[in-house]
Amino acid sequence: MPIKSYLAHPEEGQKETLIKALSKIDHCDVIPAENEELLIVVTDTENKTDDEKVKASIESIASLKLLAMVSGFNTPKNK
Amino acid sequence: MQHSLTSRRNFLKKMAAAAAMTAAASMFPGIIFASEQDANLPKGGNLDWKKGPCRFCGVGCGILVGVDQGKAVAVKGDPNCSVNKGLLCVKGYHQIMCTQAKDRLTHALVKKNGRYVQTPINEALDIVANKMKETIEKHGKDSVAMYTSGQSTIPEGYVASKFMKGAIGTNNLDCNARLCMASAVAGFLTTFGADEPMGCYEDIDHADYFITWGNNMAEMHPVLFSRMLEQKNRRGAKIIDFATRTTRSSTASNKSILFEPQTDLAVANAICYEIIKNGWVNKSFVENHVNFSKGLTNMGYGLEDKYKFKDKPTKIDFESYKKFLENYTPEKVAKYSKVSVKDIKYLAAIYGDPNKKVVSYWCMGMNQHTRGTWMNNLVYNIHLLTGKISQPGNGPFSLTGQPSACGTAREVGTFTHKLPKGVVMNEKHRRLAAKIWKVPYERIPSKPTYHATEMFRAVDRGDIKFIWTQVTNPLVSLPKTSRYRPGMEKESCFVVVSDVFPTPTSDVADVILPASWHIEKSGLYGNSERRTQHWNKMVEGPGETTPDAWMTIEVAKRMGYGDLFPYSEENHVEEIYKEYTQFHEGAKHGMAPLEVLKKESGAIWPYVDGKSTQWRFNAKYDPACSNDKDFHFYGKPDGKAIIWQRPYEPAPEIPDAEYPFWLNTGRVIEHWHTGSMTRRIPVLHKAMPAAYVEFHPDDAKNLGIRNGEKIKVSSRRGSCILPASINERGLPTRGQVFVPFFDENMLINDVTLDAFCPISKEPDYKKCAVKVEKA
Repeated sequence: MPIKSYLAHPEEGQKETLIKALSKIDHCDVIPAENEELLIVVTDTENKTDDEKVKASIESIASLKLLAMVSGFNTPKNK
Repeated sequence: MQHSLTSRRNFLKKMAAAAAMTAAASMFPGIIFASEQDANLPKGGNLDWKKGPCRFCGVGCGILVGVDQGKAVAVKGDPNCSVNKGLLCVKGYHQIMCTQAKDRLTHALVKKNGRYVQTPINEALDIVANKMKETIEKHGKDSVAMYTSGQSTIPEGYVASKFMKGAIGTNNLDCNARLCMASAVAGFLTTFGADEPMGCYEDIDHADYFITWGNNMAEMHPVLFSRMLEQKNRRGAKIIDFATRTTRSSTASNKSILFEPQTDLAVANAICYEIIKNGWVNKSFVENHVNFSKGLTNMGYGLEDKYKFKDKPTKIDFESYKKFLENYTPEKVAKYSKVSVKDIKYLAAIYGDPNKKVVSYWCMGMNQHTRGTWMNNLVYNIHLLTGKISQPGNGPFSLTGQPSACGTAREVGTFTHKLPKGVVMNEKHRRLAAKIWKVPYERIPSKPTYHATEMFRAVDRGDIKFIWTQVTNPLVSLPKTSRYRPGMEKESCFVVVSDVFPTPTSDVADVILPASWHIEKSGLYGNSERRTQHWNKMVEGPGETTPDAWMTIEVAKRMGYGDLFPYSEENHVEEIYKEYTQFHEGAKHGMAPLEVLKKESGAIWPYVDGKSTQWRFNAKYDPACSNDKDFHFYGKPDGKAIIWQRPYEPAPEIPDAEYPFWLNTGRVIEHWHTGSMTRRIPVLHKAMPAAYVEFHPDDAKNLGIRNGEKIKVSSRRGSCILPASINERGLPTRGQVFVPFFDENMLINDVTLDAFCPISKEPDYKKCAVKVEKA
């Protein structure tokens, strides 16, 4: 059950668009910075396959310039 | 952040988010995720938000701690606090998590037959009092010592001073602020006759230029740096970073200028040379408000035990000073400072432009310097020559490292030479202390004894036979711990350590006293801008944890000084503060009444007629000015500040064939000083789990060193093995390595040198010679 966090850099002037797009993706939390063009994205999925699907969905967003993974955790089910 | 998380999964999500926030903070200095604070609060919770100052650095951010059913569960920035306006850094945001550490000291531990035995607190305090009394009877009052902290609250520092100087009658009291702020104190006193900055943080809103002298504010004072960046982005204010290492601050600044270690002395003089040469001196300011002096030179470096130095100031005139500066033309200084002539002239032109407002900021780079007092004097010289001082947006400003280095160490005076008002050498000051403390005047000795380094040398020599440390971890933070750790382990000295967590210092203690953490007691701090901040106890501490002030009082009572400490356990903080403020009555240092501090997020002294004084010495803002002029430096008898003639002198130990690298030590954004708190905060520990040795890539390449490879860093005093770091957090200049000191498993202070500034007695952690080799 992977949990990962990323730094998401929006294309110039598209921070709000990126927030909206990310908010529509399941298993994905968004924390925008108040004073910089940067978002934190935390994904929480059931298995590796879902994790890869979510990542692919994020990377397909047009307003996303760069996605950089910061941390990754894996936790067994029922814990 | 909150410990009411319902599952490991949620906890891991928080960890993942926090790790990303930490990474973001190191990439974008001053980045804020304020909305996350509210998002993290327990749903449906009924939180009681209690105000206080942050536990960590000297910025003094206001925090609100969310308490739910008697437990602290959340922290957010206080939007009503003018210091941080609701912002917090990554350390501040996660601070309360350390209190949940599994190895928290909850009960007193007494060493019996080589093992620590849990002991009732009252019994442990009996042992401490009896041992202290017995030591004094056997070896005299100067055989016992206390070593406290810039993290001690104002009442804690006050009762320690009263206990040692007023009750026992010894000046064997010093504190860890000696390691970080003593040069700033000596600088202020020699130039202005009054300690602490004349300006305030509101200067940030007015300045056109911020010049940071050897100061990585993006990591060490991130909230103030974010306020500077806001001004940079909003109205084009410029940040110039003048340093020996490229840091997060350098990359976020408009310009980074690097200099060879120790040559900041020469560059500052070169700036003054240029200011005079180009006719940028504010003549009327200098004529009306400034004197010129010189002191002794070639003072030595305090490397030998019992080293003594006393400066002999001599008045000089402007022409002699101008002549002296001829040795510091930009062309001459560029040769050894490695700062280009162009950059020196650039800096001088900023200070010299009468239409630009300039604030100089510094912290450890200038203070931890074997000529730290001189270096502070030299930056004041620049501001005095140009008259850019004590006005909104114009002024020199030394930042403090600890939350109450100003409020406690400097204002209460927990240094060997200090009293709550003035110094022990001054009869009038001793008489005032004796009157307020209700002790015979003769009891307070007139001579200072041991400053921090010399105190631990005295322990090693066997001269001090009992030492009590509070709120500090000297066996990680002192320079040259390779000498002082074995010194503290000697049976000749009985060691008492009060702390919240076990540390390498408590490892050598005979008695360990369990201290209350910050929000588990009431208290007051004083921050870098002279702001006094109060908080009420927010939660109960575990087990028999007790506030340090109360432990000192209990020991004093047991030693027969009960009549001098008539405070109640429930209300001792308020009672002590009221007694303490008598020392500072008047327009020059009046303190805000407790009722005001309880309501507001702090008040700046001098607090006069219900108002904080934001800019001292300027008649427009400071009611204490009484010379009928626009400025009055009333700390000096004639009301004038001093421009000091101070030369460049080399560091005591410079790289050579055997030890070819400079070693610079310092801090990282994730950890607070020796790491005893922040390394117990999982998010921060995971973000920065271990220390490292930073190389310039060219040096690493020449030595065949790869990133992460184990490297032995050795000096003439000791060695330390750490992983190499190349092109990661910071970038030292060629021929220099940098190591952070937060990691008790990699004690870099075994390697550092215990040389200090002969005037301030503050050690230099930024320069010594080392060799590096693969381990």
